[in-house]
Amino acid sequence: MSNIQTGKPALTRFSLRKTLRENPTAQGLALISPTAIYLLLFMVLPMILVVLLSFMIRGPYGNVVYRVNIQNYARLADPLYIRILVFSLGVGAATTVFTILIGYPLAYFIARTPARQRSFLLFLILLPFWTNFIIRIYAWIMILRTEGFLNSVLLHMGVINVPLNILYTPTAVLIAMVYEFLPFMVLPLYTSLEKIENAQLEAAADLGARPWRTFLRVTLPLSVPGMIAGSILVFIPAMGMFVVPDLMGGAKTILIGNLIRNQFLVSRDWPFGAAASMLLLIITLVFTLLYTRKAGFGEELLV
Amino acid sequence: MKIYKLVVPIVILAMLLSACGGAQKPKDTEVNLYAWSEYIPQALLEGFTQKTGIKVNYDTYSSNEELMAKLQAGASGYDVIIPSDYTVTILTKQGLLEELDLSKIPNFKNIADDLKKPYFDPENKYSVPYQWGTAALAINTEKVTKPITKYAELWNPEFAQQIVVLDDEREVLGMVLMVLGYDRNTTDPKQLEEAKVKLLELMPNIRLFDSDSPKTALLAGEVSLGLVWNGEAAIAHGENPAIAYVCPEEGCSIWFDNLAIPKGAPHKEAAHFFIDYVLDPEASVLIAQEFPYSNPNAAALELMKTKYPDLYKTYMGYEATNPPKDWMARMHPVKDVGDATTLWDRVWTEVKGGQ
Amino acid sequence: MSEKKPAFWLRVFAILAYAYIYFPILILIIFSFNTQKINVRWEGFTLHWYDVLFHDSNVLLAVRNTLMIACVSTLVATVIGTLAALALQRYRFPGYTAAESALYIPVIVPEVVMGISLLAFFVMVGLKLGLTTITLSHIAFNIPFVTLVVRARLHGFDKSIEEASMDLGANEMTTFWRVTLPTIMPGVLSGALLAFTLSLDDYVITYFTAGPGATTLPLRVFSMVRFAVTPEVNALSTLWVFTIFVVLLASQVIQRRQEHH
Repeated sequence: MSNIQTGKPALTRFSLRKTLRENPTAQGLALISPTAIYLLLFMVLPMILVVLLSFMIRGPYGNVVYRVNIQNYARLADPLYIRILVFSLGVGAATTVFTILIGYPLAYFIARTPARQRSFLLFLILLPFWTNFIIRIYAWIMILRTEGFLNSVLLHMGVINVPLNILYTPTAVLIAMVYEFLPFMVLPLYTSLEKIENAQLEAAADLGARPWRTFLRVTLPLSVPGMIAGSILVFIPAMGMFVVPDLMGGAKTILIGNLIRNQFLVSRDWPFGAAASMLLLIITLVFTLLYTRKAGFGEELLV
Repeated sequence: MKIYKLVVPIVILAMLLSACGGAQKPKDTEVNLYAWSEYIPQALLEGFTQKTGIKVNYDTYSSNEELMAKLQAGASGYDVIIPSDYTVTILTKQGLLEELDLSKIPNFKNIADDLKKPYFDPENKYSVPYQWGTAALAINTEKVTKPITKYAELWNPEFAQQIVVLDDEREVLGMVLMVLGYDRNTTDPKQLEEAKVKLLELMPNIRLFDSDSPKTALLAGEVSLGLVWNGEAAIAHGENPAIAYVCPEEGCSIWFDNLAIPKGAPHKEAAHFFIDYVLDPEASVLIAQEFPYSNPNAAALELMKTKYPDLYKTYMGYEATNPPKDWMARMHPVKDVGDATTLWDRVWTEVKGGQ
Repeated sequence: MSEKKPAFWLRVFAILAYAYIYFPILILIIFSFNTQKINVRWEGFTLHWYDVLFHDSNVLLAVRNTLMIACVSTLVATVIGTLAALALQRYRFPGYTAAESALYIPVIVPEVVMGISLLAFFVMVGLKLGLTTITLSHIAFNIPFVTLVVRARLHGFDKSIEEASMDLGANEMTTFWRVTLPTIMPGVLSGALLAFTLSLDDYVITYFTAGPGATTLPLRVFSMVRFAVTPEVNALSTLWVFTIFVVLLASQVIQRRQEHH
């Protein structure tokens, strides 16, 4: 019943549909809610347990004693652990750099092949990763070891006289790390590159730019979101990786991943392991948010 | 409604009848085994199912710490586990093990007498032996021609990048402590500091750390000797008979794996049946056939002598499976060091993190 | 992007890159025929392990579980993650930063920590460990990867085509299905592919959230490491890769045929 006499608008029932249709904030919330709820339950809550754990201490049998203190964090403020953290950052950085060096041209290549071939080529990159991780790494060990394929072939061809010592050195670790993380860089890069429209490239060419210039001034900047996504997907997990460094490097160094794993599965000092994880989490979270905001990822404004 | 009036009494009757039923066949239909991987022959599990009708679910872990991590975090549902010596100590102290009813495990009598009543469970209240073994030096005698009698020789410059050691702080630091003449289970910070320095001196000779499969590096020719588990040495020896196994003068470590039942196991009866079955001589021989560790089952060894002479010969002939008596005097178990675990971890981190 | 033929050096580079990616796979395939059980040195040719594979009910069960978990978790994560990417790229709402941060957690947190925290959580809540808990965990760590990839795709998305669509009379739903989604589809598919790959090979988190009887292929293989990863595993991987490759090739051929019509 409308109120024509008073001139006031009729009291309409709250319409969810209408709100969703018209209110951008509501739309945003609606879209994010499944993720938010899911992650709240299965990620945030468990992580809260970890945060709480980091403020406890280890009992004599490797159990947890529920006595709040900051002992673990105090322990972490030690040059030994800082050194380990920095070294891990180095591994992550090196892996990221090389995945970009190898992945960018590859992604660019795929983005420029005829459309119908692209998904095939992308699948080809991912296909090896549907084999088992362990045997992939074992394959690399067989290739790189002293009596392995690489050395056998090179010796046979006379290129070298003494077998190359690659396995159980940082080189071997890098080769395998880049191998494992390549798809994480190629895929986001590709999605970014593929989006670049012909029109933009042609416009640049029309304006007299040579191919390299077009690349530097048009393509590269437009592919930055892909590089950022790829860098995050490579750098952060690579930093925490320890299986590949252990297998390919001979487990002679301790990275932050080893340190944390050891706390949970060797010394059974879960609180300390939790604290170390928190440190890692905070550092990388800050870094990530700064990086993405600064580089323009997520700056898109409202509809 | 009429049907319900019938069903309820029938169900109750059925339950009563089954409760009165035969004492031999257990009520449980399955048992959840949580053990080391590659440790229990499939044939043994199948034999058990055939005999009792109980299905076995075999889940695996690859270290005692993984087992403890899961149990301490509250994971339940497992009926039989295979903890090592110090793990039994820790789990007992935390009340995470069920007491065994030895009357339900008559085959316990088959265990060699000197392996009953171990230091970590003197009354076999919570565990019975499964397999045991050592960690010592495996040497590829094709590459290392002179005999090695002391761990101290590992520090020789001629072994640069030629050694593999276990990726295990208790084993490696423990070995270094023994070389220095100290107790391998020490909690003394000064001794550990000395061990750290000594180990750092060994680092140039260590090509890799590997607890999972050190035999691979040995067999692939990447290293010529190393500190490995006896099982690893035995398998390597099987592929290359030139691989010798030696317990140096300073001593080596000995370990015992045991069958136990975690607290709150859902199928306790089936668990007891299973443990009893494993201790049966024929079943135990199956284990010896597939996995080359040391077998505590005296009755099984007797059986091997008569029924499987070739297996007996191989088993008795190699030090990895059958250590000589004079080794026993210098074999020391790895014991839990309690709070000093943090200290040990710190030393290990410093050794590896200092590179 | 331009469909001009890529430069020569680019093609050479691509070939080398693919060689880098596939050489270990070639080794892996070759060694599936090795007679030596511990598979350290090549000793001889045999098809024995393929035979063992077909009779190994444990491994086949593990394969089935792994595929099931991967499919379900990928599906759920892709749907949820795509919606999240849309939300984060286009809208501002209270809790934006919190949501964004929460999405980075699975990428940042070491798997051991996530595994144990999930285990503790499930136990606390009283959920029985098994295939369900594994799947729930996989969805959790897959969502961020999908979101990240789709966001990269959405960045710089030209809204004008959506506006055009609406001007032409389509409502939001139709616009979404017929205009937006197809345009971001490469990103969505890439994200889905990544999620599937991650789930297939996950070990640590699966380890901690698995229960009695619920085994996956990575768990099975990792457990073999101590003794010997027999060529049976290589055989399985070889068959898998081969099958998918054939399917891919077939779909390519079919696609080409369709285009000729």
